Amino acid sequence: MAATEEITPELMLAFYRRLYPFKSIFGWLNHEHAPTRLFTHREFAFTLAGDVYLRYNSFSNAEELKKQVCALNPTRFEIGPVYSARPRDKKTVRPAAFQPILRELVFDIDMTDYDSIRTCCSDAAICNRCWVFISVAVRVLDAAIRDQFGYKYLLWVYSGRRGIHLWISDKEAMELTDEQRRALVNWMTVIQGGSQMHKKVNVRLGTRPLPPSIQTALEPLAETFSELILADQNCFESEEGWKSLLHLVPDQKIVAELTKQWERDPDRSSEDKWDDLKAQVKTLSKGSTQRNLLMTAIEDIILQYTYPRLDAEVSKHRNHLLKAPFCIHPKTGRVCVPVNPTTIDQFNPEEVPTVGQLLRELDKVAAGAPDENTEHHSDWEKTSLKPYVELLDKHVSSLMEEVRRSKRGADLSW
Amino acid sequence: MFSSRTRSTRRGNTSQVERHSILKYPHRLNFYDRPPIDDITIEEFETCALDRLRVLAEIESSFVRNRPWDELKSIALEQCKTYLPLNASSATAQPIDAERKKDHIGHFVLRLAFCRSEELRRRFVKAEMALFRVRYDSDDAIEREEFLNSRDFDWVPVPDDEVKMYNAELIAAASSYRDPRDRTPLDTQKYYKVKWTRVPDLVEKRRVFLKAGMAYVPMREQSSIVFQEFQTNLEKALEMTAKALPRLDEDTRIVPILDNLSQGFLAGVSSEWTASSSSGNGDELTADMIDDLSKKHFPMCMRNLHECLKRDHHLKHFGRLQYGLFLKVLGLSIEEAIAFWRKSFSNIPDDKFNKEYRYNIRHSYGLEGKRANYAAKSCQQILCNDQPGSQDSHGCPYRHFSADNLQTALLSLYSSQGLTAGDLPEIMSAVKQNHFHVACTRVYEITHANYGVKKGEGVGGGESITHPNQYAAKSRELEKAKVDAIKTEMKGDVDVIMS
Ligand code: SF4
Ligand SMILES: [Zn+2]
Repeated sequence: MAATEEITPELMLAFYRRLYPFKSIFGWLNHEHAPTRLFTHREFAFTLAGDVYLRYNSFSNAEELKKQVCALNPTRFEIGPVYSARPRDKKTVRPAAFQPILRELVFDIDMTDYDSIRTCCSDAAICNRCWVFISVAVRVLDAAIRDQFGYKYLLWVYSGRRGIHLWISDKEAMELTDEQRRALVNWMTVIQGGSQMHKKVNVRLGTRPLPPSIQTALEPLAETFSELILADQNCFESEEGWKSLLHLVPDQKIVAELTKQWERDPDRSSEDKWDDLKAQVKTLSKGSTQRNLLMTAIEDIILQYTYPRLDAEVSKHRNHLLKAPFCIHPKTGRVCVPVNPTTIDQFNPEEVPTVGQLLRELDKVAAGAPDENTEHHSDWEKTSLKPYVELLDKHVSSLMEEVRRSKRGADLSW
Repeated sequence: MFSSRTRSTRRGNTSQVERHSILKYPHRLNFYDRPPIDDITIEEFETCALDRLRVLAEIESSFVRNRPWDELKSIALEQCKTYLPLNASSATAQPIDAERKKDHIGHFVLRLAFCRSEELRRRFVKAEMALFRVRYDSDDAIEREEFLNSRDFDWVPVPDDEVKMYNAELIAAASSYRDPRDRTPLDTQKYYKVKWTRVPDLVEKRRVFLKAGMAYVPMREQSSIVFQEFQTNLEKALEMTAKALPRLDEDTRIVPILDNLSQGFLAGVSSEWTASSSSGNGDELTADMIDDLSKKHFPMCMRNLHECLKRDHHLKHFGRLQYGLFLKVLGLSIEEAIAFWRKSFSNIPDDKFNKEYRYNIRHSYGLEGKRANYAAKSCQQILCNDQPGSQDSHGCPYRHFSADNLQTALLSLYSSQGLTAGDLPEIMSAVKQNHFHVACTRVYEITHANYGVKKGEGVGGGESITHPNQYAAKSRELEKAKVDAIKTEMKGDVDVIMS
């Protein structure tokens, strides 16, 4: 990734003062126009320069939050749960009266978890090619959550460097206990096992059919597998790559055969090798146990290389803190912008505006010397941040509409 | 006197069979929706609670010892027979109502004793849940049906056309994990629809079909809904009791009894490994000794972490936690622990170490934050909680390594202590059957054969490994005994020479 200009405290402060969409964030957390406990009892945590970390802040409204953010000028801030009391009163209330009660259901997908399979980059680096792993994960997870769990208010947010967050604001999702969160995450977790475990997909007994939720995902993933794993990433080209593949083949004869063949001909592409494997399977008689076993293994391999890899710990606990949308990533300077999951394929992390770029854009339009006293509320409209804030605003208004509707429904039932 | 005016059942018991109508407690099973209303003597109050506690403590100890469910069940039933008999309604010769009253009172007294901290509540709910399950499983089928009918579980039978529509998915969901011995035909199965949040355990294991937030629960998993309901009810009730409890503090006769009860539970088995086990033998552990100790005394999970730490000069969060608490319980003082980690994280600059790690180490020693005395993780916890991600090295190697990596690692870590390739098949077969602690125990026996440990002896008396610190402590004891023996022998020699 291209080196970005230095992110100075002055830049950050200007960003918070003039561009950060506090109002939209407030609406998104609060679900209504007038402040509710969803906002007033919500924890905010600030990270200041020099790694000072301030927890248990809370605010009465958007203005108060903005004032404090501008006063502290944090490098970033995080959003936590809604507690049974105001987080800023934590010291004065009994511990039993200070419990996390509500919280968006959140997910974190990070490139680190793909380090063992991607071949284009390593460590902190990310490019357009490996972003495909993330966009595949988004598509699968988004569809699964909506279809299986019936949640509707999903906000996807680019993490500013090489990952993506998901925040789910449906009432039921907000109310989930830690136990329920864990259950949901485990339902979604297909890739498991430490670095010493070759086979990381264990979602069925023997050659049984896949659980339906995973079966649904398999078909599109098989396509992804050919395009991404075989063609683009060419994962089985290197010796290390094809050896990992063979670790997943439960037939020692075939493994020996292919090892011989591929050692002899080290230039075979991943596509060729995958065809070699399939050809080997075809030599086994149809309907035989061994053939079924290998067909199962092939499905599991596709899943292992393409199924979303989640950072499960983030999702399991109500009181986990997660970086707020529209914060600036301290290393890249990019804004953590909301992303539309239906067009995630076209999303290019390198095109996300940086804080420096935005302020330059603003300077340009405001060349006629801005009046220091005017409100800067909607300055973002004059910059390339606009489509992203609008994306959030649209999300917020449908969320608020839903809350209004269910409140009215509740009123009628009285 | 029971301040928890908790929940009342949503519907009255209308469908009781005639033969029970003379009973005050028509069902053997009880959801404990209503507190007892009769007057109770203070003696009754205490005995009912103590007897129930004996049963719950035994259940908890079974959890800690990682006993399989069937074993836990028979132990619990045995214990119940002595302290808390609860007979079927058909057992007319028994004082059924009195038994059930005792069960009822005991449960509510313990609620009072155990609602007072989150930790106590969690443990109480877990043990009560197990007790309920044991009884549910052993209940007479007809009586159980009557009990279920007496309560509204709010489950909706899935209409036939819907079953047809999702037939393929329902069958796939039911069969991907099905016990191979289970032969009930799948397509005639009945299903209930409930909100998925009511059956998190089934969702967690993907045992149901999910659509738009509803879980389609097959008939034979119905008990899951019941257990979940029991747990949710009890959790809520305990929280409400906790809130109401301060008012009870005025009753000076009851409070001391409650204190005693909860302390009895706390002092139970699970605190066995919270304290340092090295204290008393005089020689302080230092950071420099760890490397040497690890080679002689550590179980594989810890040796693996130690080797990873040496190789990478770093461990990820759960690895640090697992290893750090283990070292603490082994007897490493806070100063030495900081020295140890400082040295091990050799690539990390001082200021970063001080900022990011020092606090956490002190925290795990109970010197920061909540100041909790964290126990080291048991095998059970290592095996089941915090599953390692693809870059992690914590966990139990017997479970979390692939077969070939495990064998390689076993040979490289333990061949200096006498483990050979010939031992592998036996170890691997235990692993295959998911008996990880058996594999670990066997490795202990093999690597301590030179101390005279024989096959089947385990860490003494046939006991198997349930805790990494138990492994290390027993191993060190053996060494110490041998060293002492040699010392006395030498002293004898010296005496002979001197005389
Ligand atoms: S069985 Fe227990 S002691 Fe042995 S390696 Fe596994 S976790 Fe460690
Ligand atoms: Zn890349």
